[in-house]
Amino acid sequence: MHIPRQWRTRDQRLSLMGEVCPKCGVKLFPPRDVCPECSGPAKEPFALSGRGAVYSYSTVYHAPEGYESYVPYTVALVRLEEGPMVTAQLTDVDKEQVAIGMPVEMVTRKIAEDGEDGAILYGYKFRPALEAGAAC
Amino acid sequence: MTIMKPSREVGIAGYGAYLPRYRLPGSEVSRVWSEGEDESPVVEKAVAGLDEDAVTMAIEAARNAIARAGIRPQQLRAVWVGSESKPYAVKPSGTIVAQAIGATPNVTAADWEFACKAGTETMQASFALVGSGMGDYALAIGADTAQGRPNDALEYTAASGGAAYVIGPRENSLAYLEGSYSFVSDTPDFYRRAHEHYPRHGGRFTGDPAYFHHVEGAARHLMEELGYTAKDYAQAVLHQPNPKFPARAAKSLGFTPAQIETGLLVGRVGNTYAGSSILGLTAVLDEASPGDRILLVSFGSGAGSDAFSFVVTDLITERRRKAPATATYLARRREVDYAVYARYRNKLLMH
Repeated sequence: MHIPRQWRTRDQRLSLMGEVCPKCGVKLFPPRDVCPECSGPAKEPFALSGRGAVYSYSTVYHAPEGYESYVPYTVALVRLEEGPMVTAQLTDVDKEQVAIGMPVEMVTRKIAEDGEDGAILYGYKFRPALEAGAAC
Repeated sequence: MTIMKPSREVGIAGYGAYLPRYRLPGSEVSRVWSEGEDESPVVEKAVAGLDEDAVTMAIEAARNAIARAGIRPQQLRAVWVGSESKPYAVKPSGTIVAQAIGATPNVTAADWEFACKAGTETMQASFALVGSGMGDYALAIGADTAQGRPNDALEYTAASGGAAYVIGPRENSLAYLEGSYSFVSDTPDFYRRAHEHYPRHGGRFTGDPAYFHHVEGAARHLMEELGYTAKDYAQAVLHQPNPKFPARAAKSLGFTPAQIETGLLVGRVGNTYAGSSILGLTAVLDEASPGDRILLVSFGSGAGSDAFSFVVTDLITERRRKAPATATYLARRREVDYAVYARYRNKLLMH
């Protein structure tokens, strides 16, 4: 990812910052100029909780350029509890453990590196949800 | 008076731990390098996954600390990350963490380095910032993905993990600070030159003139000036590069094994460097009762120690439930063998 785009998308990548439509109240991710539900202007930032569930998933064995060092890894469609569907890598999980409906939570991880001397791209991934307070 | 105490009363408003999921048994290191002859000082150590580094671990520990403190990230006036494994040599980890937790832009952010005590350096500075009234809250973090040279004694223990603390005014603290003390000298027990991948150390020299001199010196001095002895403390957490060092130092200071047991995690997680003593403190706070007095003493090679005396408040009971317990991270474990460890920790030449 080029530096300007990395900079421009930092909040949505690092902390899952989306938007809420001031007209119809729908939560949006990624942020966009126009609400896809009511066509009103969408510009109010909204911090998504990061909690959701796996809607569907697939394991990648032949990765696109820049992601080869992570294979095999699992990519999932995650339905966030606020409504939006997000495509992201799963992490801290064996592929055999992944199931549709599995509760997951967002974590910020390394996504890719632009070589040994280039910028590190950080962004959201999802992992099996940890319970707060409980010592499992 | 050489101990430090800010004019405004301060304390810990929230704390958060982070440990990665992977564990390398000490027996694996011994199998590969000594045909199983050498005995590992630890059962296993925590190993960061392929997509983790000191920044990602700092972010998760920070989110846990903020959740427990119950503050808005915008209330933070400092985000300080202590680490000797910064992903960038030049570019602050602090700004990435501050952006990820939503603390930018009205905040100072920087990285601190003092080998294994960089984490408590950020705490000392945070107590000073809040204690002076420059801000109400500061975020102090220690996180490392420590590297041990293959076939070096440190490879058994050099581990990954971290902890974060929201430092705030005493009235909103789950443990308030009674006083702190820092004790340093130029001691070349362990170092890593610029551009070098692995550190070098002085072998047995790392014990008496380095670890024990500073840890015991700092702890003794702080307790003396506060008028306490080991008996006044419910728990003590000392820097833990291996299980033997903190056990010997604690005994010399008058602590019983039971007084250091809760925070002594090294046997199961290894030495998480800047995260080591402060990660132990998270385990103690997870089980502490209001009124408990806790001693925290770090150690960093080069060398020095920071010592802190805390008293737990009533706020602990409600706040510790608001983020995953350190025991949850300890229980979340997947064992890897030496080959997978070598891949995860970037020890393979890919050409």
